[in-house]
Amino acid sequence: MAPDILQFIVYAAVVTGLAWPLGLYLARVYEGGATFASPVLAPVERAIHALAGSRADHGQHWTRYSLCVLAFSLGSFGFLYATLRLQHLLPLNPQGFGPLAPDLAFNTAVSFVTNTNWQAYGGETTMSYFSQMAGLAVQNFVSAGVGMAVCAAIIRGFFAREQKAIGNFWVDLTRSILYVLLPLSILMTLFLVWQGVPQNFLASVTATTVEGAQQVIAQGPAASQIAIKQLGTNGGGFWNANSSVPYENPTPLSNFAEMVAILLIPAAFCSMFGRMVRDMRQGVAIFAAMGILFLGALALTYGSEVGGNPAFARLPVEQPAGNMEGKEVRFGVGNSALWAIATTAASNGSVNSMHDSFTPLGALAPMLLMQVGEVVFGGVGSGFYGMLSFVVLTVFLAGLMVGRTPEYLGKKIEAREVKLSVIAFLVMPVGVLGLGALAAVLPIALASVQDAGPHGLSEILYAYSSATGNNGSAFAGFGANVPYHNTMQGIAMLLGRFVYIVPMLAVAGSLAAKKSAPASSGTFPTHGPLFVTLLVAVILILGGLTFFPALALGPIAEHVSMLAGQTF
Amino acid sequence: MRKQQDTSLFDWRVTRPAFRAAFAKLDPRIMAKNPVMFVTEIVAALSTLIFLRDLVTSGQDLALTGQIAAWLWFTVYFANFAEAVAEGRGRARADSLRATQTETPAKRLASPGATSHEVVSSSGLKPGDLVLVEVNDIVPADGEIVEGIASVDESAITGESAPVIREAGGDRSAVTGGTRVVSDWIRIRITAKPGESFLDRMIAMVEGAERQKTPNEIALNILLTGMTIIFLIVVVTLRPFTAYSGTQIPVVFLVALLVTLIPTTIGGLLSAIGIAGMDRLVKANVIAKSGRAVEAAGDVDVLLLDKTGTITFGARMADAFEPLPGVSARELAEASLLASLSDETPEGRSIVDFARRQIGRVPAGTDKVAKAIAFSANTRVSGADLTDGTQLRKGASDSILSWCGMPGTPELRAIVERIAKSGGTPLLVARDKQVLGVVHLKDIVKPGIRERFAELRRMGVRTVMITGDNPLTAAAIAAEAGVDDFLAEATPERKLELIRKEQAEGKLVAMCGDGSNDAPALAQADVGVAMNTGTPAAREAGNLIDLDSDPTKLIEIVLVGKQLLISRGSLTTFSIANDVAKYFAILPALFVAAYPALDALNIMRLASPGSAILSAVIFNALIIIALIPLALRGVAYKPATAASLLRRNLLIYGLGGLIVPFIGIKAIDMIVNAAGIV
Repeated sequence: MAPDILQFIVYAAVVTGLAWPLGLYLARVYEGGATFASPVLAPVERAIHALAGSRADHGQHWTRYSLCVLAFSLGSFGFLYATLRLQHLLPLNPQGFGPLAPDLAFNTAVSFVTNTNWQAYGGETTMSYFSQMAGLAVQNFVSAGVGMAVCAAIIRGFFAREQKAIGNFWVDLTRSILYVLLPLSILMTLFLVWQGVPQNFLASVTATTVEGAQQVIAQGPAASQIAIKQLGTNGGGFWNANSSVPYENPTPLSNFAEMVAILLIPAAFCSMFGRMVRDMRQGVAIFAAMGILFLGALALTYGSEVGGNPAFARLPVEQPAGNMEGKEVRFGVGNSALWAIATTAASNGSVNSMHDSFTPLGALAPMLLMQVGEVVFGGVGSGFYGMLSFVVLTVFLAGLMVGRTPEYLGKKIEAREVKLSVIAFLVMPVGVLGLGALAAVLPIALASVQDAGPHGLSEILYAYSSATGNNGSAFAGFGANVPYHNTMQGIAMLLGRFVYIVPMLAVAGSLAAKKSAPASSGTFPTHGPLFVTLLVAVILILGGLTFFPALALGPIAEHVSMLAGQTF
Repeated sequence: MRKQQDTSLFDWRVTRPAFRAAFAKLDPRIMAKNPVMFVTEIVAALSTLIFLRDLVTSGQDLALTGQIAAWLWFTVYFANFAEAVAEGRGRARADSLRATQTETPAKRLASPGATSHEVVSSSGLKPGDLVLVEVNDIVPADGEIVEGIASVDESAITGESAPVIREAGGDRSAVTGGTRVVSDWIRIRITAKPGESFLDRMIAMVEGAERQKTPNEIALNILLTGMTIIFLIVVVTLRPFTAYSGTQIPVVFLVALLVTLIPTTIGGLLSAIGIAGMDRLVKANVIAKSGRAVEAAGDVDVLLLDKTGTITFGARMADAFEPLPGVSARELAEASLLASLSDETPEGRSIVDFARRQIGRVPAGTDKVAKAIAFSANTRVSGADLTDGTQLRKGASDSILSWCGMPGTPELRAIVERIAKSGGTPLLVARDKQVLGVVHLKDIVKPGIRERFAELRRMGVRTVMITGDNPLTAAAIAAEAGVDDFLAEATPERKLELIRKEQAEGKLVAMCGDGSNDAPALAQADVGVAMNTGTPAAREAGNLIDLDSDPTKLIEIVLVGKQLLISRGSLTTFSIANDVAKYFAILPALFVAAYPALDALNIMRLASPGSAILSAVIFNALIIIALIPLALRGVAYKPATAASLLRRNLLIYGLGGLIVPFIGIKAIDMIVNAAGIV
């Protein structure tokens, strides 16, 4: 146990130590300032804008910015859908895979465009190398870039005073990819190749195992895709079993580096925020709130996993390593729990163990992290603006208690901001509870559920939480690749992406137009321990209140029944 | 000043009609304005239907269903009752005002110069009509004096019994309908349409008839509606989820869960809080033209306060005697006293008071004075000739020196300069053409005002003193009063400029004023409090009117505004925090049939699923009643920094809101089971 705890501490320190300066760099990038990479990248950037004919110096109103986001995403969807449907006609298909079914292609295209990377397919048995590289890997970059761009624009709106424009989408998108995602991915790819992850265009090889069985070992351009899958909170693995496969995640070092990469950019947005609003304390406060929720979730999952399965207590079975079902022996409980929390805190979704096999409470924490809307670090960019919607509500609730119209960063939070935040706030209940409830009663949907009893409900809840939260991780027991779920999950992913983006851009646009009042001792302080506690409480209480009944019938019922020795 | 009479919280005269009014408010068309309570009413009706159906089909849990339905109706009824009581208190105040608003005959003049008039009813007067008001006449409607001067008894409106002078021209030309002229006569031009007078506005406001939702209230309503939608989703989807888990939950139980989860506590009390806030203002003798102004008052960042009357007493008062060399302090004090005995100006009286305090006993004064010399514009000195022939004079430095016919000594010049520099006024006193010394007159800062400003500073409100004085004088008084900043040599233009500058920095500005030249600034300020004694232009420009014409009231208005917001915020927090306990009461009761092990969540150890659900519903209804006094009074508020306010309110209403229902529901469960009604 002690080595695990030590590793958690080292992990937290490394993530914080790397993310903080990265955020300051991000702030420079989005404020258009010169960075150390500018001499090389600025000409490239100019060339791109010249080629695309975009006017870099042209600020956009939030409505125009939103339209650009929607148009770009729609275009991406169309291109990806076509690629998947036509992959048998396209090059780089040594395995000769056929086209994807319409529902699966829809689901997959939505999934990658929304930065969810829910995978209803098995990568190595479905996707041509062209689909992987020109389709999925490209989306890994641009969907992450969209999230980062939107967040940068929203942060600008929170700080701007009496302005109409909140930035230029094309500039923000280009800069996200050029200055952040590409350089970091190249570094990460090189690191992974060094650790032994394949990066080639060779067809699968067939090996004879020591037991004499035939084993097909898939390979391909994996390292580059894994790098961006972690950095861009995508999570879609090259292989179906994701980062538990030795080729995706060969060594302890690769495991650690991939976990750091999961949280790196989402965490960096905190210091970027602090810098961009010219008050680092605001960034620290949000980072602290996210950190507290992260550590709380980790404690719950790790504590539950390391204790093992209580149902075995009456059997002559020793569980010295904790609950090892569904976990890689080389990672153990500590690395599996940490990965599970990191991947669901950030809307990453890659896995190195099977969450379906976690203890009920061990799986509860990842589920809850997704259900509160992926705001604990969350997706690149998307996590932070999701958190800002909670901040708006927290400020509103608490601000009234100090006897002033609630203010955040000097901006008054009024009916319009509350209304828009409430719209964003409705997404998770509609996606998880609404669509989840349909899946729990429709026979066509129920066929996908593998397990009986409360665990079956957990599988449904997990799947729809993952889709709506744009996470993409899955409970293995849930057979998602059927037309019903492909379609409904696609809808959930669209909801979770765009019904956050548009209202939050509107909030930013509305705040940008406002005056900013200087803080006084009568202003509700949005930094310091009191605010952090309040923010955490609001997330837990509002998120908790919404999902508690459903969770009570799922993991909590499973947990108490397990303690009572009841099985299903 | 008459304090508006305060009705006790549950005055029978108010509560009795409220019982009936609360019934009338059950009309769905009225309920629809409050989404939270509207949903509650719909599901209460639904439960009643189910109860009736079960009655016919003799379904299961009939008694429980009936009781839940009844308590849901109580929940709606209690919320209506809270609103009705708040309105009733306002109406009681309005009734006492309306008593003064009887029809009065008015003497209408055909033209300004007309000598004859016709008598018409006050209700027939239109704006622009000219009316003659003579001794003992009631002013028939709001208007402006065009000719004449009169003393007017305004006690009907302000409660102030001393008559006030009203005259044509200047800043005291407005008269209010319902007041009475007690001397002389005036001709007034009517400015208000019938039914739109001051009194009408006041009545409409306290009755809540014209109450429009304020911006924060609208925002809060959106949040509450959003939460209601979320909990609707939660409860509606619970049926499929429990069906999946192999159990069927009766609709009435789901309804019970819904009503306990949606924020009925704050939803039920929200309008009562708003009405009560207005009522508190009226109690302070302030009329708000809109609720928006009251709320804005809570947000004020900068208070512009006129020096005179607000920060200082206005009149200059004697503060020290500064005798010249060779003159004793007592000699100077006695001379000043005798010279001022017949001086009835505030300055003169203050010299008398001060000298008596200095001398310690009252010397035989008046009999020594042979002839009082009144101030004349010619000599610009005043004083007295005594029976023994001594001539005493006081006045400004150059006037006295010219009376004495001599230049001042360097010592005298030093004293005069020092006093002038400190912001005071030097008044020379001379006896038989010999200067004895100087009386130091100064603006006296009101006692306690410094502490008020310190309070405001803690609340984050900056105070700026506005004065026509020169910067030197202004700085001295500003330092003494403890204001944060001052505007010296203020003109209406500079005042307006200052307001615009502060607003450009994103600050909200409040000010008060009475003169016509204040009108632009009053209109520009976010919160403009016009004095009732002010001109119609000022009263039109301000968004609040202080009937007592007391500029210090501005501070109280800010407090009322803040208290209104705090009450809403605190009760919202309380309402949401309550949900945690309700979950632990109801969920195990609902789910225990599907998963018996879930009884582990029944941490309150409530006796049975039925009593658990009923207890939560009863608690939810009773808490509204229990909080009505709090809603009407407003939560306790002491000026403090935002951080300490937040900490305190979070502790009371956040943590309290978590804990209280655990205790309450458990207690109700024990009573319900002891009474054996489930």
